[in-house]
Amino acid sequence: MALDKDDVAKIAHLARLKLSESSIPEITDRLTSILGMIEQLQSVDTSDVTPMAHPNDATQRLRADKVTETNHRDEYQAIAPATADGLYLVPKVIE
Amino acid sequence: MHSHTLKQLSDALAAGEFSSEELTQHFLQRIKTLDSKINSFITLCEDRALTQAKQADALRASGSAGPLTGIPIAHKDIFCTQGVKTSCASKMLDNFVAPYDAFVVEQLNGAGIITLGKTNMDEFAMGSSNETSHYGSVHNPWNLEYVSGGSSGGSAAAVAARLAPAATGTDTGGSIRQPASLCGITGLKPTYGRVSRWGMIAFASSLDQAGPMTQTAEDAALMMNAMAGFDPKDSTCANLDVPDYCAQLTDSIKGLRVGLPKQFFDQGLDNGVAQVIEQAVDEFKKLGAEIVEIDLPNTHLSIPAYYVIAPAEASSNLSRFDGVRFGYRCENPVDLEDLYKRSRGEGFGEEVQRRIMIGTYALSAGYYDAYYLQAQKVRRLIKNDFLQAFAKVDVIMGPTSPSAGFKLGEKAKDPLSMYLSDIYTISVNMAGLPALSVPAGQTQGLPVGLQIIGNYFEESRLLNVAHQYQLVTDWHRQLPATFA
Repeated sequence: MALDKDDVAKIAHLARLKLSESSIPEITDRLTSILGMIEQLQSVDTSDVTPMAHPNDATQRLRADKVTETNHRDEYQAIAPATADGLYLVPKVIE
Repeated sequence: MHSHTLKQLSDALAAGEFSSEELTQHFLQRIKTLDSKINSFITLCEDRALTQAKQADALRASGSAGPLTGIPIAHKDIFCTQGVKTSCASKMLDNFVAPYDAFVVEQLNGAGIITLGKTNMDEFAMGSSNETSHYGSVHNPWNLEYVSGGSSGGSAAAVAARLAPAATGTDTGGSIRQPASLCGITGLKPTYGRVSRWGMIAFASSLDQAGPMTQTAEDAALMMNAMAGFDPKDSTCANLDVPDYCAQLTDSIKGLRVGLPKQFFDQGLDNGVAQVIEQAVDEFKKLGAEIVEIDLPNTHLSIPAYYVIAPAEASSNLSRFDGVRFGYRCENPVDLEDLYKRSRGEGFGEEVQRRIMIGTYALSAGYYDAYYLQAQKVRRLIKNDFLQAFAKVDVIMGPTSPSAGFKLGEKAKDPLSMYLSDIYTISVNMAGLPALSVPAGQTQGLPVGLQIIGNYFEESRLLNVAHQYQLVTDWHRQLPATFA
């Protein structure tokens, strides 16, 4: 399937990626060629096949409902771009 | 000392021929004088390594050393190392100092291993040539104009140049085996779930697996003894006992049934590589193996299915890089959306952005069934091919990579041709099987790897088969002249 520039702009928005205007034509071409290769999948008959999500077909393991984690807030926030009073700072969201 | 295998170093340390401090100093010195030729390291941990080495020597003096105590290795920069920069070769994580150790790092530290540094790789492990790294390409030690392979290219090149006796790697579509093949070392991708993914920066969670990159199969067995194990922090980690991977190494392989998939020897295969693989198969015949032709009819679908599943999982995994909690943040964001978009647009390289977009598209409304679900069904067909094959054979052999490598820059502008070069490795990840690559010869001065694929959790058998081959060949002992 061939993408156009608007498709790429929409995908970039969904992926929260800022693309430079000048890079869009090249990205459009490359994504189109990759999707063209992926297109082969459509010709395979998989009507009776169960999707495989995981190599070992394992189910989610459950653990006992006990507190196991300790508080690492200070270590984790030490590597954050901006924090104050134990909170992560971002540009103002609510007026 | 640098021409020793891990096993030889272990024996020499035990015999007191040199101390861990001397050994560590020797490798640090080699990295400092030689790595400028190949760019295999992102971060060197000099002070830390020497401190660890002194501790290892003290431990040995007290009589409680294990087989890996005091041996220095390198970690791919995808493994979190507490207090050490862990960049995943991305600008996004250029300022990221991990607040904890990956399970693999913790296990190896516990075994007394010393960390020399963190090795270069493709950004977020997305690449087959190590050219997508934010820190520059890695050069192949055998010919500096050629790629090292990827994504674990720094680990492979460092071991090939003997800047480290061994290293860790990760493999999502061939990222341990392909660079091991191109650089002439031994690399094992274990069964999915054999080694914990905790603290290993996620690319495609249903495919990612960590493994050892070493000179020999025997060394890989020593590393696996420390790396494998059950970890409740990885929900897909197998809760199975860890065998002693060294125990079966010396078993005879007489009567071993070896399957050769005809799809691995078609027109895409380079002649020089085909000859090397043929000779390697002949060696196995001499060792008493029985050769059987097998059919893996869906092999050609592994690349398209992979390029749906891996990017889809990556687009989800990499959503955590938002410029808020860690990593790169853009300057002066005007609002939250601008913060997200510019931090990600500026922090991720081109290839990573491409894959995030492919994955986002494949998962977006209206396309999920046609792409992601269909790819998961095709994945089942690929796995079924292998299950049928393993009803007839014990291991499968073939080339690791269709060519012995390519020049830096040759495929960098054509992502699709790069993707197609992973044809023999990707199906193994799709199925979740273990496989290794061993050096089996050379063509035009570049190493060629033989891939050996095993049934689920049969790493011991793979290592046994590879070790028996290495007892009668010496390709794994060859060293590039520049680094002798």
